[in-house]
Amino acid sequence: MTSLNLNQAGRRRGRWFAQVGWRHLVAVLAVLFSLFPIVFVVSAALNPLGTLSTTELVPTGGVSLDNVGGLFERTAFGRWFLNSLLIAGLAAFASVFLSALAAYAFSRMRFRGRRVGLLSLLLVQMFPQFLAIVAIYLIFGTITDLWPSIGFNTPWGLLLLYLGGALGVNTWLMKGFFDTLPRELDESATMDGASHAQVFFRIMLPLVAPILAVAGLLAFIGTINEFLMANVFLTSSDSKTLAVGMYGLLEGNERNNNFGIFAAGTLLTAIPTVLVFQFLQRYIVSGLTSGAVKG
Amino acid sequence: MSTPLSGPGSATQAPGREPAGSPPPRSRATRDHAPITLTGLAGKVLLLGLTAGVAVWAAFPLVAAEMWVGLALLVASTAGLFYLYLTRRHVPAKYLVPGTLFLIAFQVIPVLYTASTAFTNFGDGHRGSKDDAIVAIESSSVTQVPGSAEYALTIATTGDPATGALVFLVTDPGTGAVSVGDSDGLRRLDSADVTVATGGRVTAAAGYTVLNIGQASSRSKEITDLVVPTPGGALRSSGLSRAYEGKAVRAYDAACDCVRDAETGRTWTADDEAGAFVAADGERLAQGWKVNAGLTNFTRVLTDKNVSGPFLSTLIWNFAFAIGSTGGTFLLGMLIAVALHSARMRGTNLYRVLLVLPYAMPSFAMLLAWRDMFNADFGLINNLFGLDVDWFGQAWTARFAVILVQLWLGYPYMFLVATGALQAIPRELTEATSVDGASPWQSFRAVTLPLLLVALSPLLISSFAFNFNNFNAIYLTTDGAPFPADNPTNGATDLLITYTYRLAFGGQGAQLGFAAGISVFIFAIVAVVSAVGFRRTRKQEEVYA
Repeated sequence: MTSLNLNQAGRRRGRWFAQVGWRHLVAVLAVLFSLFPIVFVVSAALNPLGTLSTTELVPTGGVSLDNVGGLFERTAFGRWFLNSLLIAGLAAFASVFLSALAAYAFSRMRFRGRRVGLLSLLLVQMFPQFLAIVAIYLIFGTITDLWPSIGFNTPWGLLLLYLGGALGVNTWLMKGFFDTLPRELDESATMDGASHAQVFFRIMLPLVAPILAVAGLLAFIGTINEFLMANVFLTSSDSKTLAVGMYGLLEGNERNNNFGIFAAGTLLTAIPTVLVFQFLQRYIVSGLTSGAVKG
Repeated sequence: MSTPLSGPGSATQAPGREPAGSPPPRSRATRDHAPITLTGLAGKVLLLGLTAGVAVWAAFPLVAAEMWVGLALLVASTAGLFYLYLTRRHVPAKYLVPGTLFLIAFQVIPVLYTASTAFTNFGDGHRGSKDDAIVAIESSSVTQVPGSAEYALTIATTGDPATGALVFLVTDPGTGAVSVGDSDGLRRLDSADVTVATGGRVTAAAGYTVLNIGQASSRSKEITDLVVPTPGGALRSSGLSRAYEGKAVRAYDAACDCVRDAETGRTWTADDEAGAFVAADGERLAQGWKVNAGLTNFTRVLTDKNVSGPFLSTLIWNFAFAIGSTGGTFLLGMLIAVALHSARMRGTNLYRVLLVLPYAMPSFAMLLAWRDMFNADFGLINNLFGLDVDWFGQAWTARFAVILVQLWLGYPYMFLVATGALQAIPRELTEATSVDGASPWQSFRAVTLPLLLVALSPLLISSFAFNFNNFNAIYLTTDGAPFPADNPTNGATDLLITYTYRLAFGGQGAQLGFAAGISVFIFAIVAVVSAVGFRRTRKQEEVYA
């Protein structure tokens, strides 16, 4: 009797594992993989000694916030943070707007050169802008001479440069979003006397707003992480972005000593993006797939 | 506010009043006669006014610099913008032009410029014209000879003391006249504009910032290198406060198209194909000039033994890296998405929040953190697992490490999109297979996986294209290491893009022409792979829709 019960229980547990248990096992392993570098960075940020060589996976030598203080005292971190927010915020907003404009034309209008335009956008996008960094450097040398306020070491010059890549990245995605909206919507609005601009601003944009927000967020994160061009562009300490400034923290002999404040900076950089990310996650899944998949 | 109605079929007429059965009005006339609203008008006036303001602001420096071509371009594009947004025609262009302007100015033009440099030998020592090279050779050979004139020297700049272009302010010991010199030559300054201390040192000059000793000595290398050409030779610094006018030992002789050294009698003949002066024994002068190299930058990749071998292995590794990163993140992301995609699964939201954290962390910083986790002496990986591996010191461990890092950074994205695609697959399909007696694995293989692949292949292609040129992934971690002993420019984990970057900006001297040539190669590879990929997806069909 008891042995039968045990047997049944064992079989039930086996079936539970085959149907649900393995899923938890995979998920837990994946979470461990996802988290351990982040835990390491947190531990480094809290490590009172602030060096790489004394940092363990979990803080063992006590916990302190010295690194955060050191970050603001010894570096222009606040300034870098503001620069990054300014550049990435404006670039994300402008690039989403510019590519939404273009996507509207590609999705709703038929004109000569439409196919060529779409294909050449795809082609231009494949030539990464930073391969042309030498040419960009020479061109912006001239611009700095003529208009110093949009030249090197200014956020505006870098912003202009990022806007050059705006159309290539998002237009295809956005066109996918617009294509999923039924044409009858804007056709009936047109019949009611709406101009093309009214159709765009009053009907199309509000309908895709959540997805625009996601595209904007992705553009924002992409810009925050852009390193190569910002590194060539911004050399004075006050104009640096987070990526350039924090890379400088770990350069040369300071790599070991600055690791604590670097980790503190990483966490402070991550807080806003992680929060927004978790908040928008539902839209991100649909945003990433609906544009590309249904496209 | 609204324009007059133009008879039946006008857009402002309510559709209900139309004769039954008449086709809906959607000709161009419809758009042309849409009403002008107050907000629309105000927005248009504001934006065009802003455009005009920016154009005027941009015009002044162009006029001051007498750059008439640039000014003409500016006027033409501003006029074009005004025409476009004031006319009622060309509606698609109204939406396409703003982004396209930026695209052309900051992407297309630099790319074309890069492509054109690929056909030259542009780079360190080959930047200017032949005449520039001759001036540079002659003035750098200036040496002090007995009887050279000596001047009191002051270092100044027109810009920032730490970075601005340097000039020499020299005072003639005989007359006390002050001249300003830079690499273009020497000009007299008006004595009213300068203040000269006793001993000839200039303390202030209108339009120039005089460097103090500390500022000057921190830039002593630049000061030593600055040569001011003069009619009789050239002016060089000797320390920070004296300058001498020396004689050029080497001189260009137009008769033999060569450079002759007056002391040794050695000659270097101009080689117009290489853009350099070459001696009989093959020795080249460092200062050359820019010439058209034709296809040599491209053929060099295939024929030059020192380049082609490393290039080929870099290319293979580049493909392996892109495929490994894309495939690895896709497989892992899909596995987890499938695992979490079950009605009986609890806690999926919590799992999801934790899983996507790597995607939300700033990737540049996490790449640097991973680099230090792989540190051989006190990195976390070695400590945690009790290993003693020099991760970035051996080719295969370094390659494993960078792919592992990419896996960590990239799989949450694949997890998210795979989850989205899984939710889009109708349940009836998988239920039907289980009714037919298929095992979960069979139903996954036969139904779910093909549908996932169809849905995600555009993303996989763009992920491949991105990883193929994933500069940050290498530059911020291994930076190409380990390097073979005989080749410091091409390491085992180098991608083509980091290799190109090192060629263009590395310490070995800039080879911009060659780097541009490799850029064109990279572009061709990525374009071909993506074109082939897209041809197989629905995304391509959409273009022809």
